[in-house]
Formats: sequence, structure tokens, C-alpha cells
Amino acid sequence: MSNAAAPADTRSSRRSTGGPPPADGARPVPGGPRRSRSGALRPLLFCAPFIVLFLGMYVAPIVYAVVKSLYTVQRSGLGLTAPTEEFDPLGNYLRVFDDGAFLSSLGRVALFGVVQVPLMLGAALVLALLIDSRSARGKGFFRLSSFLPYAVPGVSAALIWSFMYSPQSSPINRMLEPAGVSIPFFDGDLVLWSVANIVTWSWTGYNMIIIYAALQSIPAEVLEAARMDGASAVRIAWSIKVPAVRGALVLTAVFSIIGSAQLYNEPVVLQPVSDGAVSSTFTPIMSAQSAIAAGNYPYAAAQSVLLAVLVGVVSFVFFTFTARGEQE
Amino acid sequence: MSATTTKPPMIRSRRDASVPSRVTVTALLALSAFYFLLPLWWLLVSATKPFGEQFSGTGLWFDGFGLFDNVARLGSHDGGIFWRWMLNSVLYCGIGALLGTAFSALAGYALAKYRFPGRGLLFGVVLAAVLIPKVLFTLPLYLMFSGVGLMDNPLAVLLPSMVSPFGVYLCRVFAAQSVPDEVLEAGRIDGAGEFRIFRSLSVRMMLPALVTVLLFQFVEIWNNYLLPSMVLGDDRLQPVTVGLVGWNASHVAVPPALVVVGSLVSLVPLLLAFLSLQRFWRAGMTAGAVK
Repeated sequence: MSNAAAPADTRSSRRSTGGPPPADGARPVPGGPRRSRSGALRPLLFCAPFIVLFLGMYVAPIVYAVVKSLYTVQRSGLGLTAPTEEFDPLGNYLRVFDDGAFLSSLGRVALFGVVQVPLMLGAALVLALLIDSRSARGKGFFRLSSFLPYAVPGVSAALIWSFMYSPQSSPINRMLEPAGVSIPFFDGDLVLWSVANIVTWSWTGYNMIIIYAALQSIPAEVLEAARMDGASAVRIAWSIKVPAVRGALVLTAVFSIIGSAQLYNEPVVLQPVSDGAVSSTFTPIMSAQSAIAAGNYPYAAAQSVLLAVLVGVVSFVFFTFTARGEQE
Repeated sequence: MSATTTKPPMIRSRRDASVPSRVTVTALLALSAFYFLLPLWWLLVSATKPFGEQFSGTGLWFDGFGLFDNVARLGSHDGGIFWRWMLNSVLYCGIGALLGTAFSALAGYALAKYRFPGRGLLFGVVLAAVLIPKVLFTLPLYLMFSGVGLMDNPLAVLLPSMVSPFGVYLCRVFAAQSVPDEVLEAGRIDGAGEFRIFRSLSVRMMLPALVTVLLFQFVEIWNNYLLPSMVLGDDRLQPVTVGLVGWNASHVAVPPALVVVGSLVSLVPLLLAFLSLQRFWRAGMTAGAVK
């Protein structure tokens, strides 16, 4: 988190050293430069609604959750008296590392991310290159058809796909029937990849559009020169276009990794029809939610805090890693 | 929909694309279109079949027409609650996105066009918040709301949806790009106040970007399932996504055919918004990605 703040800080301080020092507390000078006229008050007023809501809806819940997570719920052996909350700063966090269901939900989501993110971004890149290629016809149609799933809410996409998977209705299995194949989409081993397919279906086109936009910014002369030198379309794609969209790929990768950590909608919709393959602790967020359902708010809070910290660390590491590569 | 709707920076000659490469590219693209469109096609076909026959046949071709009857049954089930859900969705998304975009525009504009103490810190916080997904704040938010008695209150859905760090980030980028300092200076020389300048000059120049932010936020709120499903237990307050998933989970009480038809109907507002605002989101995304 601090890495994001640091460059912005240095940038603004560098800029402000270039001009005259800010006229803090100066009287308004009619017709003067804007800084002395409006002082610091006006821009802060502009930001006030955002800042107030941000404090209330982002900062407050996190503070609340951190404080809550420092208490553990004590239940009397017979359950005759109401459970009490006791200050025990490490209790919930130690319990998390001893919670097999939560740990395996983390592992499941990590496996999901490691497989699904590269597959989806690879598909988005290939699709963008295909639509960008000179051999493509009907670019508008293909761009729109791949982007259309993004306009379908995650929950609706999951509902539709649950019908595509369900043994009673699956049109996919009906199509495969003549070949004698039937895919058990809700099978224990397969269900994670059935979920991955829904996510891929929803987001490939969105990522494709971002990569495609980056492709459009490659100067025509560069491509023309490569073509004059006799480079093939594949060679141009690999040596010029892919390096040029590196930044877009890093951006989409970070958002996809973050997206994996918050996997929730798709497994939750499949849960009631999956015949038990999707457990109530399938993903970390579902796991924390089931702690809430069990009435253990502090434990749910600890799980949420831990997950937020993990996501922060992973995106920080990924950013540092890819930023270093860029400088070489 | 034709390739001429956007003009790539270069005009490419078509002669020198060889036939084999054209066939390969077209085949691969057709395969991708099949994958992306298949579920939506199935949904459209199934929703038009006579009631109760949604899962008969291959599901890939029409078979009798019952769409109007299906929609009527959808609307009359459980006292017409489906339309209530749609209205709730439109209200939550409309109000949340409108106010959220306004707040993002104000903050992003101030970050781009003014120097003030705490500016670097604020921008750093916005960037960090973009990287930590909203869903991770949802469970703590639920705990907090249940602590202050905001359960079953539309405010519990509306308030969080008005905050969009990503919107602030986009607005800052777009304000820096599209609002020239000279225009602001000219406005000041003419004696306009800062808010007046923002309202009548800057907002106009940022408009395509603001439509993009509005659209993205509308979709994000419509997509957000976890928060409303946790804070709204009363089904008359729920948005359509939560309602439909509830129907789907109770497949004994509600015929699955209703879920199919409801899914199709619930997509209509979003698809309309996307198709009619295509120009804006494409311009917005492209501008954001180029620089």
C-alpha cells in the first residue's frame, strides 16, 4: 500500500518545489493565481463527499473488523448462558492457522488463480491480436460478442451456466451425446474448473478490450517498417505487439489476481445445485461468511482482515516483480 | 457493428493478407464467438419456449412460442415481486451510480487541477483502495451495519455503492487530459467562481469520461451480490440478482422455468445500457489505456 502512496507523494512535492511556495493562510487576492485565491479550502471541499464516505465505508469497517477480531467468543460448556466476548488479541488469528477448512479454501483459490488467470489473459491476448490482425473480418461483431458477457452480472452468468451444467438441462452434454460423451460438471474434481469457466467467460472480453486498446496505440510506421523488412504477421505479433501491450497485461493481471481472491458469486450460485461438490467453505469469503452464519463475528472479522492483508501483499509483490522487469 | 465504427490509427491494406491466414483467423474468431454467445443464445431460446418446456430439446433452437405468457407468469408469481426487484435494482444502481459519479468527478477533478496539502496522500489512498477489492470490505461492513442497526435498510446498500476509488482515479486521469488549464484561467478572468467553472466548463469537457464512470459504476452495483444478500433479509427490498438466486436455491417452491425467464428479463436494462452507450465506454476505455 505504501508503495502506491510514495510515488504520488514525490511527484506532487517535486511539482510544488518548481513553483512558488503554497500561500497557506494567505488572504484572497482578487485576480491572483488560483492557489492564493481559493487557498486549500476549495479543493478539500470538492473532495469532501468522497472523503467522508470513504472514511465511513472503507476505513471504519476495517477498523471495526480489526478491533472485533481481537476478541474471542467464549461459550459456556452447556450453552445455557449467552456467549461472551473476551479480549484475546491472538486467539482468532491462531485459530485461523489451525482451521483446515479455511486454509484449504485459500489453497483452492490460489490454485484457481494460478491456472485461470494465465489462461484467461492468454485467451484475451490471442483474441485481441486476432481481431487486430489484417486477416480479420467483422471486427466489430467479434469485439462485441466477446464483450457481451461482461454486461451480464456475475450472478446471472452463474445462473445461466448452472443450467448449461445441470444434468437435467445441459445443452452442452446434449450436443456431445452423439459422441457418447457426458461431462460431469458438478463432479468434486471438476467443479472448481466449472467455476473457472464461468469467470473466464465473463471477463475475457473485458480484458481483451483493454489489450486491444493498447494495440491501437502502436504507431503505424513501426508496423509498416517491420512489414517492409519481411516480418510475418506472427513474428510482428510476437516481437512488436506483445511487448507493446505489456503494461496492459500487467494491469489486467493485477485486477484478475485480486478478482480471484474475492471469488464468491459463482460458487455460491452453483452450491445448491452442485450436489455437495461446492462446500459452504469453498472460498475464503464463503468461509468467513459461514463463521458469521455460525454467530462467530470476531472469527469472521479475523478471516476478513487476514484475507485483505494477503491480497495487499500479493498485489504488492506482483507489482514490484513486474516493475523490476520493466526497468531491465 | 461494422469494422468502420472505430478508426484505427492506420489504414491497413487487405490485399496482402493471404487466404490461409484469413481462413485460420476467421475460424478462430468464429469459435470464440460461439463460446461467448452460446449461453446467451440458449437463454433467449429457452425463455421463448412454452412454459415448462424450457429444458426440452437441445436448447439451441426455438420450439413453440410462449415468451409473453412466460413474462406474464413471471410478473404474477408471488404477488408480482419480480417487478419490485427490478425496480429496486434500478433505484439502487441509478442513485448509487449518479451520486457516486458526481462525488468521483469532484474529487478526481480537484486532484488533477488543484495543489493542496494532503493531495499526494489522498491520491495514494485512492490507488491503494483500487487495489483492495470492495468485496473484502463487505463482511466488515456487514458487521458494522449490524452493530449500528442498519440491517434491512436500503441505505446499507446505497451508502457503500456511492464510494468509488476507481471512479476517482479515472476522473483524475480524464480531468488532467481533457480540461486545459487555460480554460480554467479564462473562466477565472471572467470572474466565475471555482464551482461555477467546474459545473459549466469542466464537467462538459469531462462528459464522455463521466458517462464511462457512470456506466461502470452502474454495472458494478448491479453486479454486487454479496452486500445486498447479507444486509437485506426482507425480500421486498432485494435487488433482482438476490431475488433470482433465492428463487433458484428454492427450486421446489419456484419452477426453474421462472428463473430462466427472469434471468433473461433482468439482463435487458444492462444490455440496453451497454449497447446504447457503446460509443462512450469504448472512447473512455481507449483514452484510459493509451496514456
